[in-house]
Amino acid sequence: MTSEESLVTQAQNTWCPGCGNFAIQHAMKFVIQELEAEGISRDQFVLVSGIGCHAKIADYFQLNSFYSLHGRTIPVATGIKMANPDLKVICFAGDGDLYAEGLDHLIHAAKRNIDITVICHNNRVYGLTTGQYTPTSPYGYKGKSTPQGLHEYPLNVIELLLGSGATFVSRAYTRRLPHLRRIFREAIMHPGFAHVDVLQICASFFNMTTWYDERIYETSESNAGLFEFACRTAQQWNYNDDAKIPIGIFFKTKKPVLPEKKIKKEVNRSNLVKTILDRAT
Amino acid sequence: MEAEQLSEYSVLIGGKAGDGIAQAGQLIASIFSELGYYVYQYIDYPSLIKGGHNFCIIRASDKPVFTHRTGVDLILALDQKTVDLHTSNLTTKGTVIYDSPKVKTEGQALPIEEIVAQFKGRAIMGNTAIVAGFCGCAGIPWNLAESVFRKKLTKETDINLLIAREAFSRTTRCMQIHPVEGASPRPLLSGNEWIGLGLLAGGIDAYVAYPMTPSSGVLHFLASVADEAGIDVVHPESEIAVILMALGFAYAGKKAAVGTSGGGFCLMTEGLSLAGMSEVPIVIVLSQRGGPSTGLPTYTAQSDLLFTCHAGQGEFPRFIAAPATPVEAFKWAAESVQLAWRLQIPAFILSDKTLSEGIYTPETTPEVRAYPPLPSPSYPYKRYADTPDGISPILIPPYKGEVIKVNSYTHDYEGITSEDSEMSIAMVHKRLRKAEKLSAMTDKPGAVICGGSVKAKTAILCWGSPRGVCNEVAQELNMRLVSPVVISPFPAGEFRKAMEGVEKVILVEDSSTGQLDKILSLEGYRTDELILRYDGRPFAVEELLEKVRRVAS
Repeated sequence: MTSEESLVTQAQNTWCPGCGNFAIQHAMKFVIQELEAEGISRDQFVLVSGIGCHAKIADYFQLNSFYSLHGRTIPVATGIKMANPDLKVICFAGDGDLYAEGLDHLIHAAKRNIDITVICHNNRVYGLTTGQYTPTSPYGYKGKSTPQGLHEYPLNVIELLLGSGATFVSRAYTRRLPHLRRIFREAIMHPGFAHVDVLQICASFFNMTTWYDERIYETSESNAGLFEFACRTAQQWNYNDDAKIPIGIFFKTKKPVLPEKKIKKEVNRSNLVKTILDRAT
Repeated sequence: MEAEQLSEYSVLIGGKAGDGIAQAGQLIASIFSELGYYVYQYIDYPSLIKGGHNFCIIRASDKPVFTHRTGVDLILALDQKTVDLHTSNLTTKGTVIYDSPKVKTEGQALPIEEIVAQFKGRAIMGNTAIVAGFCGCAGIPWNLAESVFRKKLTKETDINLLIAREAFSRTTRCMQIHPVEGASPRPLLSGNEWIGLGLLAGGIDAYVAYPMTPSSGVLHFLASVADEAGIDVVHPESEIAVILMALGFAYAGKKAAVGTSGGGFCLMTEGLSLAGMSEVPIVIVLSQRGGPSTGLPTYTAQSDLLFTCHAGQGEFPRFIAAPATPVEAFKWAAESVQLAWRLQIPAFILSDKTLSEGIYTPETTPEVRAYPPLPSPSYPYKRYADTPDGISPILIPPYKGEVIKVNSYTHDYEGITSEDSEMSIAMVHKRLRKAEKLSAMTDKPGAVICGGSVKAKTAILCWGSPRGVCNEVAQELNMRLVSPVVISPFPAGEFRKAMEGVEKVILVEDSSTGQLDKILSLEGYRTDELILRYDGRPFAVEELLEKVRRVAS
């Protein structure tokens, strides 16, 4: 078995033909192999997934994983990282999962600059529950729960993340594979909270391939350290209008990171209890 | 009680929220402990920061005490309400020390505002003055009072001591509290602190919690000793994040506990069920308060028992212990950590406001047990390897060459999602076998506490914090006391032994429906009388005596 094959389990893949998830898995596999070749052991990776089509990635990778709950990748990943700062913790989440039920966790993870990587499989639709709208679906979207057309505007998640204090904010597209790999790699290596909003299509419920192909372009990242510049780039497309769609690293900066690496002393619990009891006497 | 020298005393101190009543109560409790008494302190306060009416009752005895009495020997009044509400509880020889001229009553007047102003103190230091007044009135030697003030008032100690000395000298002795012969001071901690200490003794590496009365004391205590103990204490954005973060800690090999009350636990039920399916261990401290919803946030209840037993979707084993005393709180917190990790299940310490915020000296010296290490896995590693008792050995990432997968879906032995019929059944059986093992491990002596007249045909039945008061009433009325500490899995064998020969059962519970009664009916027991209280206040000895006498006659 080659090292490439052994990164994938025997589990039967049940994603629809044409699904963007394949590109995400493929790019991640490539990056992990690359990092492994550079000395980061594959045992150091822990993948955390939510619930939905994206989450099956936990079953498909032959890597440590915590297949968690809808919207709950980030708190699980935060606990893992706090428990062992040496682990490389990567969250895979869906847009319904992360931007609806899990939104508070996302904002607070960015705020506390926890050193994890979040990859959002953003197909702008609920796939596994058969095509309802998500927080990034466009105005007027007709799904099974909104047959008359959605009367809500989508969240501009890039603006949201910038406003939450994220220190690495990026967008990628599943049909720009080399770019996707580079962004994944940079996100994983970023010290602090790194977010990748990956635009992908849902082959069964929201196939936007041609629409995306015509609009997506790679931004220059020369001003990625400037917050106000990042905000302007984020406003070029609001997940709703017909504008050009920039992909790339919008913003990248350094701030104090959680968890702080500190050496924990070994404490004799029996002595500790005695000390505390003496103090309380 | 009317003997020359009392073997127990009760002191009530009251004032407005913001007057430092709880702290003053602890000073009095410390003084009694210094004199060699066992101490219990009850605190009653509404959900507001300034104003309202707060009071503490400090009961000191030469025998262990875990409950308060209505009758008090001294009242310390920092406001008029204290006098208006509580003077009727004064024993015949009792007296009132009061802040004059603010409070109008009879007894010993202490011009607190004047004394505090004399030494340019802050208004809050009035609580030091009245405690010093108590010492003067109760014949406590100044050097003993001073040493307690010095130890407990670590901020602005000098001004506090000047105020205390002045207040002490302005009171005249009205009674003499003697030290207990041959007794030495005992540690004095809140129930929450006893639980926190037990979690440490049991081996936790992390405590994750969102503030919620009455469980916050565990968070505050563990945060205050985090560096010293080498543990992580985290306060995240919500209780949903709390339990999932703790499961993350546990997956990565750090024993984690969480704490909350009913409202926060509602949010945690999703994560609880995840713990059940993924078999990631966790300890949950659940301190009950009046409900439903926001309910009575600062008052007590035992109305979340059935919720705790059944919370979370699906079926999975869980351990629930409901301690009633400080040493039990310590012991079962430590045991919960061990059981959770040995069996990879959620384990609960079910407390309530009375236990959590009550302040206690321990009935015996708490023992720190040495626990055996967990069994090691075999390789190639399977996270959900099938075993005769259903317990799969835990491996912690990173582990060279092995993959460690946990899963919220039904999964196979490797942890990969499986919706296969046979595999689903195998996983159900695996969890059921863990439940049997848990039962065998916990239906043991100590799971049910007996007291009172152990052969009596009438039994007072209770669980959790009311045990203190029930035990005193059972002794007084020559009844049997039966009180399960382990609630789930129900210790059927130990309970049967405890109930042998019982003909009449009186259940006492701080709920309106008698939730233990529902559990017992599934075990084939019937209770004859229910004494239920649901105003958020725990029974005092005199109150319960009267209720039990009425139903027993």
